[in-house]
Amino acid sequence: MKIRLMAGVVALGLAVAGCGGGARVDTGATATAAAQPSGSGSAAPAGTVNIAINPWVGYEATAAVIAHLLTNELGYTVQKKELKEEVAWAGFETGEVDVIVENWGHDDLKKKYFEEKKVALSAGSTGNKGIIGWYVPQWMADKYPDITDYKNLNKYADLFKTSESGGKGQLLDGDPSYVTNDEALVKNLKLDFKVVTGGSEAALLESAVQAQEQQKPLLFYFWTPHWLFDKVKLARVNLPPYTAGCDADPKKVACDYGELDLDKIVSKKFADTGGKAYELVKNFSWTNEDQNAVANDIQNNGMSAEDAAKKWVEANQAKWQAWLPK
Amino acid sequence: MSGAVATLETPALRRPPRWLVPVAVGVVLLAGYLTMRGTATLPHDDEAAPFLAVNQARDWVDSNRNDNPLFLYGVNYVRIYLGELYAAFETVLFALGWPGLVGVLGALGWLAGGWRLALLGVGGFAALGVLGVWEASVRTLALVLTSVLVALAVGLPLGVRAGRSARVRRALTPVLDVMQIMPTFAYLTPMVLFFGIGPSSATVATLIYAMPVAIRITALAVERVSPTAIEASASLGATRWQTLRKVQLPMARETIALAINQAIMMALSMVVIAALISAPGLGSDIIRGLSRANVGFMLPAGIAIVVMAIVLDRLTMAAAKRERTAQAAPSGPRRYAVAGAIAVAGAVAATLLPARFPDAWILRIGPPVTEAVNWAKFSWYDVTTAIRNVTSDLLLNPLQDVLTSTPWWLVAAAVLALAWWASGPRPALTALACLLGLALLGLWEHSMATLTTVLVAVTVTLMLGLLLGVAAARSRGFSAVQRPLLDAAQTMPSIVYLLPALALFGATRFTAIFASVIYAVPPVVRLVEDGIRGVSPTTVEAALSAGSTGGQLLWKVQLPMARGAILLAANQGIVMTLAMVVVGGMVGAGGLGYDVVTGFSQHSEFGMGFVAGVGTVLLGIMLDRITQGADRRSSPQVRG
Repeated sequence: MKIRLMAGVVALGLAVAGCGGGARVDTGATATAAAQPSGSGSAAPAGTVNIAINPWVGYEATAAVIAHLLTNELGYTVQKKELKEEVAWAGFETGEVDVIVENWGHDDLKKKYFEEKKVALSAGSTGNKGIIGWYVPQWMADKYPDITDYKNLNKYADLFKTSESGGKGQLLDGDPSYVTNDEALVKNLKLDFKVVTGGSEAALLESAVQAQEQQKPLLFYFWTPHWLFDKVKLARVNLPPYTAGCDADPKKVACDYGELDLDKIVSKKFADTGGKAYELVKNFSWTNEDQNAVANDIQNNGMSAEDAAKKWVEANQAKWQAWLPK
Repeated sequence: MSGAVATLETPALRRPPRWLVPVAVGVVLLAGYLTMRGTATLPHDDEAAPFLAVNQARDWVDSNRNDNPLFLYGVNYVRIYLGELYAAFETVLFALGWPGLVGVLGALGWLAGGWRLALLGVGGFAALGVLGVWEASVRTLALVLTSVLVALAVGLPLGVRAGRSARVRRALTPVLDVMQIMPTFAYLTPMVLFFGIGPSSATVATLIYAMPVAIRITALAVERVSPTAIEASASLGATRWQTLRKVQLPMARETIALAINQAIMMALSMVVIAALISAPGLGSDIIRGLSRANVGFMLPAGIAIVVMAIVLDRLTMAAAKRERTAQAAPSGPRRYAVAGAIAVAGAVAATLLPARFPDAWILRIGPPVTEAVNWAKFSWYDVTTAIRNVTSDLLLNPLQDVLTSTPWWLVAAAVLALAWWASGPRPALTALACLLGLALLGLWEHSMATLTTVLVAVTVTLMLGLLLGVAAARSRGFSAVQRPLLDAAQTMPSIVYLLPALALFGATRFTAIFASVIYAVPPVVRLVEDGIRGVSPTTVEAALSAGSTGGQLLWKVQLPMARGAILLAANQGIVMTLAMVVVGGMVGAGGLGYDVVTGFSQHSEFGMGFVAGVGTVLLGIMLDRITQGADRRSSPQVRG
């Protein structure tokens, strides 16, 4: 009885998997005939595009505009999946993610998924320039004009002391998934500061807003494009200028962050079979101002991502017409 | 000094006073600390050998997933089946339409406990629509049902076995400990590695957390069935199987229903974290609200989780109790007829009403809540930062300095001595082993940082819990007002209240402590209240007639007699606080929690994150062993 039941289960399993050789994870590269759990459609003729949504609003803005065009101009169905970056990349391999619309560097992941696993490739720049840097609220730059030069930071270290910084000034860092050289920078530039890790983007946002409202000192890691610049006035602290290769050795970095060209990443399978949807994703390119406008509507004007995208699309016909596949 | 000793009564020489040993040990430890401070402190290294070894294991799985038979014929099928099961639940629930599902809940409520629960079911689920999160709620419900179904299918048989055999129970206990204390974040990445992203891996992650409690409660229930009944059944010639089916299971029925209830609650508490690996449902709204720093955006989803928890909790509890009170409720065909009528009414309504929950009925609570929170953030800031600074300067910083600058062997000696004194030799050795494990895993410094926040959080939790618990025990009115608030504090996803806490207290350890206290206080309050209520009325009467005042009654009678319950509360408080370590890592608490979060989000740090998860388990077991002995000893005086 028990054995019969087992046999039944296995037989059913084989039927579900649709192949006699066990259940393979559907890699984009080999594209075996393995079963897909329903609910995670693929970019096959059905016309579903799976877009990963990384957790920041600028990303959501880009994704919303692409999704709007895919749905309304090309007739695709779009599935959005909230994922952190690292996890989203893993989705290329299982076929659960087709597109990452805004990628910040991640050379280690590119090496793994482009070269070793061969399941993903870059679909070109988004047109957005990502700039990471150290910021203080504008009121501090007004009150202490020389604070925006890193050489003077030690002079003001006392201002930045908090209960967490152990007698030194505090440099607030964000989510652990972010690209950062801050520990090395503080050490190599001989700054009397301690890197305190907030642990999330929310920790940075709340601190920055309070720093403006309450006129409290704050030195923190931040980046553009970001909607926060529309709400809080910030001034960038100048570190020794970036030159190509100055950040090659992560332990010896003593220069500012370089400008990152943000790009789109797609699964190999989507590039091969995505048709018009892939063309659109590849052609997509806009400016930081475009993205900030949409992100600001989502973040501060209470619009849904869909409505904000629609508003931008209606106002910028010429731009997106050029992205549509011929 | 020596003169003072000489004037003491001579009996003290023959039998040293009770405080002498602890004080002497304390003095020795203090002397050790003062002379050896700063040596053998084991600073943190991101590239410690255990971290790298785990990374290698990860890479192996990653590259063998499609060739290894274990995956081809095992894991990958599990993934497919779970995905199918989830899809089936989702399809059925959506097919009912929102009026249909509300009707079904009403019918279930009626079956479980009459009109009041039928109304709760209808009102609660309709509220999910009014909050504007109907579709996400249905997906969350489907995910909870899938994981609870699997958790019970595996957990109940295991629980029954463990209940009937002490050997099985002993073998299972440590595994269950690990499953419950291991921070979910630490195994999210392995989940993705094994099961991909989406509903299947979210189901597995949820059921890992929900299953232990089902197993434990079932085992306890079966174990507690009176041995006389089993004896009688065996002597009448029943086989083991017959005894189980006809005697043990029916007698344990009510408690097993409690196991189901608890499994559902646990599954609901995983909703937000599972969203990080693309679990569909309410969790993703909350995650999105976090990246927008917008409380109003995530609050409807948060409230929906609380509402769903309350409805499911009351329904399953009532179903469990019904067996006893069956005579009171209407029974037989009429009962089912009414239930059927409610369900059919829902189905009919489904054909008449629009398929989507009408927009006009949705109450938008977001914007006003955001305004209120913003107002509070800016006007309370000065007070809250002052509180935070005082706590950090007086308590947190000194304690952390001491713990991180003490040589590791001295901390180990202190833990050994403390655990031995409080719980006895065996727990003391286990606690020591856990501590040494932390050192060997390369986690020493961060463990000490985490230990600091946990100790402070537990202290605050206990003080607050005692205060509220005593107040609730003395006044029924206060208890009635407090109860729903405690329910909400326990089921509301912590991320929802983290944002205002971040604004008020900044990215600091204090914020982490704040979040832990909110999460851990409810069970402590309940245990204390029940403990004091449990003191026999005769004793209270006797004390009162002997002329004690209210204060005397509390301090001399009720608190000492409720000691067992209070110590259990302390133990639970520790476990609950540890569960929040990772959340603390997201708001500036650093330590092990931050390592775990890092491991989840950075490829190269996976090993460190996973090992830090194991470290949290070790820390939890250590604290548990130090405190667990306390409630077995009736009182310190009895000790020889």
